Amino acid sequence: MMLSLGLEGSMNDQRKPDMDLIDISKLKHARPLHIGRLAAAALLLAAVAYIAYAFAVGTIDWSVVGEYMFSERIMRGALTTVVISVIAMAIGIVIGILTAIARSSRNIVLSSAAMFYAWLFRGAPMILQLLIWYNLALVFPTIGIPGVWEAKTVVVMTPLAATLIALSLNQGAYTSEIIRSGMLAVDIGQYEAAKSIGMTYPDTLRRIILPQAMRVVVPPLGNEFIGLLKVTALASIIGFGELLGTAQDIYYSNAKIMEMLFVATIWYLVIVSVLSIVQMWIEKRFARGFANGGRHG
Amino acid sequence: MKPLVSAVRVGKKFGDHQVLYDINIDIMPGEVVCIVGPSGSGKTTFLRCINQLETIEMGALYLDGELTGYRVENDIVHRLTDKEIARQRRITGMVFQRFNLFPHMTALENVMEGPTRVLRQNRQAAREMAMNLLARVGLVDKADAFPNNLSGGQQQRVAIARALAMQPRLMLFDEPTSALDAELVGEVLAVMRDVAATGMTMIIVTHELNFAREVADKVVFMAEGRVVETGPPHQVLENPQQARTKAFLAAVVSKKQEVA
Repeated sequence: MMLSLGLEGSMNDQRKPDMDLIDISKLKHARPLHIGRLAAAALLLAAVAYIAYAFAVGTIDWSVVGEYMFSERIMRGALTTVVISVIAMAIGIVIGILTAIARSSRNIVLSSAAMFYAWLFRGAPMILQLLIWYNLALVFPTIGIPGVWEAKTVVVMTPLAATLIALSLNQGAYTSEIIRSGMLAVDIGQYEAAKSIGMTYPDTLRRIILPQAMRVVVPPLGNEFIGLLKVTALASIIGFGELLGTAQDIYYSNAKIMEMLFVATIWYLVIVSVLSIVQMWIEKRFARGFANGGRHG
Repeated sequence: MKPLVSAVRVGKKFGDHQVLYDINIDIMPGEVVCIVGPSGSGKTTFLRCINQLETIEMGALYLDGELTGYRVENDIVHRLTDKEIARQRRITGMVFQRFNLFPHMTALENVMEGPTRVLRQNRQAAREMAMNLLARVGLVDKADAFPNNLSGGQQQRVAIARALAMQPRLMLFDEPTSALDAELVGEVLAVMRDVAATGMTMIIVTHELNFAREVADKVVFMAEGRVVETGPPHQVLENPQQARTKAFLAAVVSKKQEVA
């Protein structure tokens, strides 16, 4: 106490006469020169201009891009990509939730089975899984439940069926780990509070744990969805007519390779942008009770 | 009158580490019991055994005359199913040190969750009762607020209302004011005093010795996993018989003086 008082006194004594005159809020402030920013902007502009120029003088027929952008075949391809992704993701999330619950079960048979499933379908390359499902008829000429229902595998395992099965199972394996991490992120006290009001375990998961886990897992699931959307392009190798496959089919006949690839690129970017908006909306829904999402009005 | 809670030679281990030894306690309907003692004495663990958040390894624990957690047939012990345990838990309500409100639900929804989900009451009736309970804890105006927008004291009062909504016959409080800022402790203790006044059977693990002195019918002093001393508050807290109790109270008093 004494020390600081002493210091204050000595500072007062040494104060220069104009010290009382300056109040920084009353004076004009010099504008800082952002040299780094200006340099970066100049460099970027130059790069963009160069690339734009290259494309402008390159042998790309932009009118073809415009012509096919909204052609029926391309639009149907884009729609197929979106629909197959949405369905595979939906199935993947259901499988993922069930697998995550099984994985955290006390039942050792269930948890081991869940682990095995995730290991198997995360481990094998996607393109390989597509090929295996599509060629299943080579191993099993007929499939079904003996005595109840049977069918020729070649007939059932269309490119659509193979794509849907391969994507869903693969997505389920990845999603299960994301959901599980979300469940682990929920405080143990939440389980205990639910128990303490007499809730059963399934009710606790459905009402208390999963809604809170969802808040954490929506961003990584959005990421997964975008990944899945692009992986659908692989299905073109088994002859499934999604966006990229359709674009390829067209350039096989008209030889406008880059034009068609650009058309596909633009569509993928458009779809991903729309999805990002949907994701933001979902995030807001699950943010109930937290930060901005928690406030009324 | 038969006891509502009856612990008979209860013992509890975490792995090889024994945390409760030979606990014998009878708690009568309407009694308010405060469990005090140093941290690590097993008082919270014992409380959690009563509503089966922990399992016991030795002895037996009865709620309202019914053996908890197990069923004995022809001298063979069978573990109860999760559903049966959930049913046994319905006798008790629990208030946690860290509140544990459901953050994605409003205060009102927190209180309504048990009655609608577990007791299957219709929403209108549950809502009415929940609003009455929020009024009782002084938080009607916060019914639509989310836990994250409430103070610690307010959250704990909602948590008490949530537990009461299940119409328990026994309320368990696990250090309900330990996580609160000093100026918020009073409002929670006031609500607990009010609950005690309704004749509710209560078991309270607490460090608030003044509150125990004022509200408790019985004080249980625990240390090192054992019940050291039990009796009315004026006896255990003013005139303890055991050296361990005296040492604890002396330490608490000297700490209080240090703070002041």
